[in-house]
Amino acid sequence: MSELTLPTARQRPLDPPDEVTALRQQGTIHRMTYADGHQGWLVTGHAAARAVLASPYFSNRPEHMHPPIPSARMELATQPEKLRVPPGFFLRMDPPDHTRFRRLLTGQFTVRRMKMLEPRIEEITGACLDAMEAAGPPVDLVQEFALPIPSLVICELLGVPYGERAQFQADTKVLASLESKADDAIAALGSISAYLYGLVQRKRKEPGDDLLSGLIESGELSDEDLTGVGVLLLIAGHETTANMLGLGTYALLTNPDQLAAMRDDPSVVDNGVEELLRHLTIIHLGPMRSALEDVEIEGVTIKAGETVSIHLPAVNRDPARFDDAERLDVTRPAGGHLTFGHGIHQCLGQQLARAEMRIAYPALLRRFPGLRLAVTPEEVPMRSDMSIYGVHRLPVTW
Amino acid sequence: MEIKADTTVCIGAGMCALTVPKVFDQSEDEGTVVLLQDEPPQELEEAVRRAVTLCPSGAISVS
Ligand code: SF4
Repeated sequence: MSELTLPTARQRPLDPPDEVTALRQQGTIHRMTYADGHQGWLVTGHAAARAVLASPYFSNRPEHMHPPIPSARMELATQPEKLRVPPGFFLRMDPPDHTRFRRLLTGQFTVRRMKMLEPRIEEITGACLDAMEAAGPPVDLVQEFALPIPSLVICELLGVPYGERAQFQADTKVLASLESKADDAIAALGSISAYLYGLVQRKRKEPGDDLLSGLIESGELSDEDLTGVGVLLLIAGHETTANMLGLGTYALLTNPDQLAAMRDDPSVVDNGVEELLRHLTIIHLGPMRSALEDVEIEGVTIKAGETVSIHLPAVNRDPARFDDAERLDVTRPAGGHLTFGHGIHQCLGQQLARAEMRIAYPALLRRFPGLRLAVTPEEVPMRSDMSIYGVHRLPVTW
Repeated sequence: MEIKADTTVCIGAGMCALTVPKVFDQSEDEGTVVLLQDEPPQELEEAVRRAVTLCPSGAISVS
């Protein structure tokens, strides 16, 4: 039996656990014991991670997974019958089911459409910065900037009234927390699903100019399907970019030369956003896949039924793929990182996330050229207890 | 260099259109890859190769 369990404690807030980095130096695929005793695998190399994520012989369905760490959330995420995941939640589907949903949505998230959204994202960003300025220092940057920008954008895009956010933001938090009790997680998913179901009903009667209304109109999905799609997009649109903006600002504030480059040189911003995505890798406990048949990856045979966890933070620091991989360098071309995944599940909203970050970081840094932490870096609470890494709060002043 | 794009495999992630907008676009309703030119000029070949490695679904290839 393997002794290795998934290391989660970080010695430095922005770096993957040292044990995982040490493992990557020894090889790219390792035997790992899952929380339920399952003998699966841990992938720490970039090429191997790509191979797993691109392979059609791996499933993303929850009933094939084993929980990598002992937490109620991870336990439940592998038991869909307990969590009652709504039918349209296509992230956890395989083809051809996944294909059907994905196809309905890809046209909504093209590079061109996201470009068209840019003026609106700029307005929203400006309004948040105005509010932050009016509130006066010190403020919590998560509450004033990192969370509201992506929340407002995804709510508008989906057609979710922003004024109704309190409950589904609270539900999302419970769902994302690794410390949530099973009953609470089940209740939170029930609550957010009920909310979306109600919204779909309302939109049937009074359609708007938004994504959910458009999907309803296309007539291809049942209300249950639409609920699942809505839950997925709402959760994914909130948590991820919000944490990139929060943690990214923390990273820049603690690396002043990198901050100056992002603030002063517009030609750095595109690369800078990719580099922050690579270096920070907020997906810190996954993704996972389970083999549907025996598959060979880099000379290792993964047997049918075995679960594989991909350690994205370690993979994105693989020196075989990125030169000087441990360093944060916003001027490097960091394309090819796997933060948005790879293969058929690669993030649907990635071009939206990029547009938000490309607008929000420079706007923040230019509005507040003297922006700095209002506490010591060690006092900033990190989200080690959540499925998406980041900062819980970021007290700043200027 | 000749590019081939398979829209039945494409998942519309847009990495190609982002990387080489002169060569790749995405269809308006499906979001799947549209080839604007299948024999790119030499100065774009390297960027096209990069787009091929960045494509998450293996939908584009060059020969
Ligand atoms: S990068 Fe690949 S999957 Fe994405 S739009 Fe282009 S061809 Fe399709």
